[in-house]
Amino acid sequence: MIEVVTTPLAYPFMQRGLIAALLVGVVCAVVGVYVVLRGMAFLGDALAHTILPGIAIGYLVNGANRGALFWWALGAALVSSFSIGAVSRAARMREDTAIGIVFAAMFALGVALISTVRNSAVDLSHFLFGNILGVSESDLWRIAAFGAAVLAVIALFYKELMVITFDPVLAATLRLPVRFFDFLLLTMLAVAIVVAIQTVGVALTLAILVTPPATAAFFTYRMHTMMIAAAILAMLAGVVGLYASYYLSIASGAAIVLASTLIFALVWAGSHLRRRSG
Amino acid sequence: MSVPSLTVSTTTAAATTAIAVAIRHLTVRYRQIEALSDVSVDIQAGEQIAIVGPNGAGKSTLLKVIAGLQPITAGEVRIFGVERAEPNMIAYVPQRLQVDWRFPVSVSDVVLMGRVGRIGLLRRPSRHDRLLVQRALERVGLAAFANRQIGQLSGGQQQRVFLARALAQEARLLLMDEPLVGLDIPSQDEIFRTLVALRAEGVTILTALHDLQQAARYFDRVMLLNRRLIAYAPAREAFTAANLVATYGGHLHLQSSGDGLLTVADTCCNPPLDDTV
Repeated sequence: MIEVVTTPLAYPFMQRGLIAALLVGVVCAVVGVYVVLRGMAFLGDALAHTILPGIAIGYLVNGANRGALFWWALGAALVSSFSIGAVSRAARMREDTAIGIVFAAMFALGVALISTVRNSAVDLSHFLFGNILGVSESDLWRIAAFGAAVLAVIALFYKELMVITFDPVLAATLRLPVRFFDFLLLTMLAVAIVVAIQTVGVALTLAILVTPPATAAFFTYRMHTMMIAAAILAMLAGVVGLYASYYLSIASGAAIVLASTLIFALVWAGSHLRRRSG
Repeated sequence: MSVPSLTVSTTTAAATTAIAVAIRHLTVRYRQIEALSDVSVDIQAGEQIAIVGPNGAGKSTLLKVIAGLQPITAGEVRIFGVERAEPNMIAYVPQRLQVDWRFPVSVSDVVLMGRVGRIGLLRRPSRHDRLLVQRALERVGLAAFANRQIGQLSGGQQQRVFLARALAQEARLLLMDEPLVGLDIPSQDEIFRTLVALRAEGVTILTALHDLQQAARYFDRVMLLNRRLIAYAPAREAFTAANLVATYGGHLHLQSSGDGLLTVADTCCNPPLDDTV
């Protein structure tokens, strides 16, 4: 029976994949709490997609060097998150409209750039749908370092980020640097997304940002407990998804997202039943 | 309700010499529409003021200008003598509908938020901060609810959480935008009892209100506003027929009865309760 758990772990790529799933799960779940509470899901999805041209340019310039691609992806995410803000301010339009414009343009640019490269389809599909079993040791170190930095920043500015998320008007009357914290949050979102790209890919990143916090919201009533619960749920989904992917031979990114969705459905049903009986 | 029974005290424990808010020739324009036009008024420190007027009269705009949330087109606003109020000086209580009550925070979390500016960056709340939160909750009668999630409170309790937050913030000026909207009568009474308690703290309070009767009964002065300042005086001086017509225009029923009473209803926005002054 125990072999069911240990057999896959005999493979180093499974060990690395599991560690990656746990690390990414924690970072994305904690950042995802802000995404859910601030209603930034569309922005998160858009940011994940706008990374594509960064990856494409990185590929054209540096080839398949994963470390370099990471920085190109991060640069693209930061450029798009600030152009969204700039477009919506300068053109005086609703932010979701600005997101739509920047999101579509950046994604199209990425597709256009990719179409100029021959024989790259296989490698770039890893960025669209993730390739958690291809994670290298240096990838793991990079994920750990950036993840730790994001968590440290959240711990340092926890109370300010809470005020800005819950009550922007209070933040303004207290003269908190609201612009700075919005910028900080966008940067952390960009880092979380770039870190997640390797495990679940551009197309599915939104799910690991939003689903674990949304699940935690059913049974937590404080922000820090919501973060802790979301992180645990995300790790659980990572482990379950990875094993499912091994035994059922399904794509690992998709398996992790589906595991997360299944947990969401179970918790939702559970909280519904409890409310009925209580 | 008859006029002589009104108890309007304009002298409070706080020094009446200090001016909390000094407004000179304030004009606010949104694109083409003038929301406030040439408003000038001095608000004494320690007084409780009701701002009344029809919808679109500029009540919310005025509160936002004082809070520093709304840019002004012309004129000058000074808060305790300075042009830009210091952080923590002003507490702004939002309309209840603007708050996300499902947000995962407890009552004491929300009250502690009032301390964030004083705690400072990269610091954790001290024992003193937690003590002030505890005291503020006691003052508004919510000590027993400190650990509840905010969505589990009644409407009146929710509104008092924000009053406690203003106390914990040690704000000198409290701005409230329609704090009674959607509250039943007992909850409204709770709010007014809390406001009486705040009097001892010497906090200056400006409240946008719809109900003229409550404005007259509970507040030191009323400000009649309809883009222009119509009157700023204790209710019995401010609520003259001429002022009320100037403020409410067509949205008003005036009825003179034999003993000099005036029945007033703001037909624009109120539930069908006659506000008798």
